[in-house]
This record gives sequence, structure tokens and C-alpha cells, in this order.
Amino acid sequence: MPVGIETRPSVAAGNHTLRARRVVLWLLATAAAAPFTAAAQAPPAPPAPQPRFVVVLDAAHGGDDTGGRLANGATEKIFTLAFTVRLRSLLAARGIQVLTTREQDATVDLNHRAEMANHANAQACLSLHASESGSGTHLFISSLALPARPGDKTPAQPARFAAWKTAQAAWVPRSLALAGVLNSALQHAGMTVTLGRAALPAVDSMTCPAVAIEIAPERNAAQQTTAELDNADYQARVAGALAAALLEWRTDAWRIEVRQP
Amino acid sequence: MIPRHQRIILSVLLVASLVMGVVLWQLRDRAHQRLMAGEDSAPTRAPEVAPAEQATLLVASDQDNSIIPQVRSLPLPADPGSRARAVLGKLLEIYSTPDALHPAPGGPGSITQVFLLPAVGEKDPQHPDAQLAVVNLSGAFVAAHPSGLLTETLTVLSVCGTLHANLPRVTQVRFLVDGAQHSTLAGHADLTRTYLASEAVPTEGTHP
Repeated sequence: MPVGIETRPSVAAGNHTLRARRVVLWLLATAAAAPFTAAAQAPPAPPAPQPRFVVVLDAAHGGDDTGGRLANGATEKIFTLAFTVRLRSLLAARGIQVLTTREQDATVDLNHRAEMANHANAQACLSLHASESGSGTHLFISSLALPARPGDKTPAQPARFAAWKTAQAAWVPRSLALAGVLNSALQHAGMTVTLGRAALPAVDSMTCPAVAIEIAPERNAAQQTTAELDNADYQARVAGALAAALLEWRTDAWRIEVRQP
Repeated sequence: MIPRHQRIILSVLLVASLVMGVVLWQLRDRAHQRLMAGEDSAPTRAPEVAPAEQATLLVASDQDNSIIPQVRSLPLPADPGSRARAVLGKLLEIYSTPDALHPAPGGPGSITQVFLLPAVGEKDPQHPDAQLAVVNLSGAFVAAHPSGLLTETLTVLSVCGTLHANLPRVTQVRFLVDGAQHSTLAGHADLTRTYLASEAVPTEGTHP
């Protein structure tokens, strides 16, 4: 028994030694072949970094400037701030970087709003408003005329230097395209949309695709109100449609970036 | 005994006082006559005495967010400035009615004055005699106007379009409030810029 006991370990020890040698050889062989294996099975190249995409949300009014009076004693400045927070959350959840012009009930000068948007070098600037007039969502872009170079029928490109009050002029085509994407998304969500052009001091100074969005109560063909502005479901539908539109806009923007490196 | 030189001085002062009193009385009479003459020479002819004419008003509607031309018959003075004020007064009278589709309180008195000046900027060869209309709104109208991007834009565009439709030489429009520049109509529509009236004239039922 004891021999057997002694023998077994010695046989086992011999087997261990053999296994150890095999393992060392296998490791050496693997190490020697590693460069060739790595070359043969190269991992896929890391994806190219996606271009920066920033959205500026401008909650209109604030502080002393209450904006319009809404139903149930609410004010436009409170509504726009709350809606901006809701929309920002949706965009952040979709991985979109958001910059807001105000985070609280404070007075922010119109020029300062445009300055913030311009410094952000944003791909979309939305100025959010609310009104009891009209129905559905009203989309406005700047009414500035696109400056054309003399003797040239092609539109001017965004210039390095631009007059402050008409800086948006060169961006009107892009703003129009953004309004089209927003319009499609809102209509797809079953909402009434009115498109228009207006002279808006803050938007006219922005150097980014800019659209002013005015949210009004939802009304049917008989002008009966079907959803008030303080209806959470209505707000969620509008915000969801806007977030979907901006996702599509981001895809378009990246496609343009890829096309024009 | 009063010295002689003091009596002379007293007499001179008395005569001077009498002369000044007479001169002041005459000046007062002249000022009164000038005032009366000024009142007589500046009669304001009320629009009601002018013959009724057809005027095209571009009336906004909040229901379908449109601006639709409507032809109305109203007394129109011959003077272009008074004519412009009359048509805009009629437009705002429509907006001040209880069943207005684009409610805006104030009525005809909201247009304080309309000044017609030569157009500014580059001369348009198609309109060599183009005019700039400066519309002076009352502060009460601006304070009571409903706030909102759409409703304010409709008001501004309907005013610009109505002016151009009745006074085709008017190609540019600027706004004042109580005689001074004002930033916005009711928090949204920019009142500091010059509007092109021709761009505000829509086709039938056009949206802004």
C-alpha cells in the first residue's frame, strides 16, 4: 500500500512534468506565432469619431419678460422653461448634446441668447414659444432675404463676418430645411402645423439653422380645443416629435459631413 | 424835499413802465390773433365728408392662420397720408369687433398717424417713386395686443399688405409706438426693422 501510495505520486509527478512541458511549448509556440496570428486576424478598425452635434434650446422670455398670458393664469415664460427641460431630457436620452439659454426664471437679453447660440456652433437652434392663439404648432424661420452676390445667382455662403441684425440671412436655406424636417415629424405625429416667416430679433442674429417654434392648443376643424397647453400628454407628443425630428436632422448633418470632409 | 435827480429817475422809470405795459398788451393781442388765425387755417376734414371708395383690406384670421383680401366701401380722403390712416383704421375696426377672427382691441384710434416719406436704401428701378410709410401706433393698442408669434406676425403683415394694396407706391413700412421706436409689438414681432410691404401682400388665403 505505501509503495502504491508512493508510486502513484511519482507517476503522477511524471505526468505533471510532461503536461507542464507541453504547456510551456504551447505557450512559446503561441507567443512566437502571435504576430502572424494578429496580422491574420486583425480586429476591425475603430469607427471614425462622429462629428459634434449640438442643439441649442432657447426658452423664450423669462424674468421680467413674462411673455404671453396662457390659460389658467400661466405665463409663457414658465411654459417654455418647463417644455425646454422636457425636450432636453428626451434629446439627452438620445445622445444629443444640448445647450439651453436659460435654466431658471431669469431675464436673458435677446442679444445674449443669440451670442450663446453662436458660440456653441450648433447644428440646430430652436427658440421655444407658446400662445393661446391659433392651433397646433407654428414653425417660423427668419424673414430675412438671402443675400445674393452681385452677378451671381448662387446663394451666399455663411460669411466670416456678418451684420449682427441680419446674421441669420446666410443660414436661411438651412433653417428652411430644418423647418421641413420638424414639419414632417410633427405632421407624422398627427399635429396641425403652420409654417411661416417672421422678423424675430434673437433668431435674426443666430448663425445656425434656427427655427422659432410656437406651441398653441390643439383644436379640431370646428375650432374646438382638444388639448390645452398644460395637457401633459399633448406636451409629450410635441416634444417626442421634435426629438425624433432632431435625430433625423443629426443623421442628415452627419451625412453632409461625410460627403463634405 | 426830493432831490431833482431822483425825481428825474422816478419819472423815467414811470414812463418806461407805461411803455412796457403797452408793448406787452400789444404782444398779447398779436399772439391771440395768431392763434386764432392758426386754428382757422388748419381745418381737419373728417373722413366722413369724403366720397366712399372701394378699399382692399388684407384681413387676418387666427382660425386658419391666413390673410385674405376683402373689398370694403369706405370714405377715403384724397390726401395719401389721411387715406392710409383711414384704411388702417377700418382694418383695426374689424379686428376690434367681438366676433373678429383675429381679435385685437383698440379700433380705428389705434393708428395715431401715418407718415409717407421717400423710400430708403437702394432705388428700385421698377418703383422710382417708392415710399416708406411710418405707422405710428398708440401705446394702448400695443399694450392690449394679444401676445404670440403668429398673431403678432399676422397683424404686422396685414397692416403692411393693406397699405401696399391701397397705396401701391408704399413699398416699405416702419412702426412707431407713441412716436418712439419700440422693440416688439407684444413681445415677439420685431418693430425695429423696415418691412417690405410687397412681401406682405399674399395671394388668396396665403399663410404668413
